[in-house]
Amino acid sequence: MTKFLIIMLSAVFINNYVLSRFLGICPFLGVSKKLNQATGMSLAVIFVMLMATAVTWPIQMYLLEPNNLGYLQTIVFILVIASLVQLVEIILKRYIPSLHKSLGVYLPLITTNCAVLGVTILNIDEGYSFAEAMVNSLGSGLGFFLAMVMFSGVRSKLEGADIPKAFQGLPITLVAASITSLSFLGFTGVIENLFA
Amino acid sequence: MNKRQNLFKGIIKENPVLVLILGTCPTLAVSTSVMSALGMGAAATLVLLCSNIVISALRNVIPDKVRIPCYIVLIAGFVTMVQMLVKAFAPALDEALGIYLPLIVVNCIILGRAEMFANKNKVLDSAIDAVGMGAGFTLALLLMATIREVLGNGTWLGIEIPILIDNKISIMTMAPGGFLVFGILIAIVNKISGGKNSKKSFGCAGCPSAEICQKAACGEKEEAK
Repeated sequence: MTKFLIIMLSAVFINNYVLSRFLGICPFLGVSKKLNQATGMSLAVIFVMLMATAVTWPIQMYLLEPNNLGYLQTIVFILVIASLVQLVEIILKRYIPSLHKSLGVYLPLITTNCAVLGVTILNIDEGYSFAEAMVNSLGSGLGFFLAMVMFSGVRSKLEGADIPKAFQGLPITLVAASITSLSFLGFTGVIENLFA
Repeated sequence: MNKRQNLFKGIIKENPVLVLILGTCPTLAVSTSVMSALGMGAAATLVLLCSNIVISALRNVIPDKVRIPCYIVLIAGFVTMVQMLVKAFAPALDEALGIYLPLIVVNCIILGRAEMFANKNKVLDSAIDAVGMGAGFTLALLLMATIREVLGNGTWLGIEIPILIDNKISIMTMAPGGFLVFGILIAIVNKISGGKNSKKSFGCAGCPSAEICQKAACGEKEEAK
């Protein structure tokens, strides 16, 4: 149980996907302007990360590795994720239209999101078992959610600020992201000491 | 546009990283050392060159509706090849790039150039475009990596720099330094270009999902109308 907790907490705080691994920067900078959009996007990411891991982990372990096809990992994973996202979108549209309305617009974006492909590949690289991989995906998704929500708060403060012309727009957003990321550095070493 | 302009536009005028703001994730992630920046630049350029040539050659064959999945499969194939080459001949680089090597698949520069240039232009032009864009990506990475490695580690490509080696600002090689250096570089580019090219919002123009993205980001405004 402790092991799951460690994986979970380190995925959320220490190896945060956005702020320390630099994965999923596009949605982090692009969709974090408003809180409700940030929430919608992050929920969609959590959802797709869990689904993608649930599908790609068995594919890698039971299909690719026994047949010595490990080198096909990249190409298979991206195809599986892309078709999975499409499938999920169609199913949601047909059966749960309310959920589709809130998450649907974000789903196609996630196909080419490096955070999703990243989490599936990292799960394999780290040698996680299926349960650990799922916990790691959930943690990564939650970490993404936390970063998005925090950062949308920071950005709403930036809206009204008087910023030098050259820094307006993206540059100041990146500098703000730098400071947000700095705050996450404070978590380094916390988890090891917590369970030591 | 002649071939010369086509080659050089990627390096300065339409630099993929600093002007078009594409491929942010790898730029931030691998610019911690000059070595990994050069490796990433070379790997991405190779993939971009191959994918641009093949996509341009097949531009009349691939049906328009399924072009994005086709491109992704082609790009993933080339990435796999590069991955195997790097693993075989430069294991140290494979170690340094880690997960970011397979993630070239989702690098917006590659899909972006396929969508913006290669599917409309001849094979030779597309190849030249790929070399220019690849060089621009590599140079931008090199610039960022130089700043970060010199300030953060006191070295450049492993060569120790006197004085700085004893006064490391290690935060520069960590995650916050990446965001900070990138933000300042873009601000400098904005200043030099006189705000002509400055991105008021985050630039996803090259991203194939830009349309949907903007719809998502501006959805509320449209509804309000």
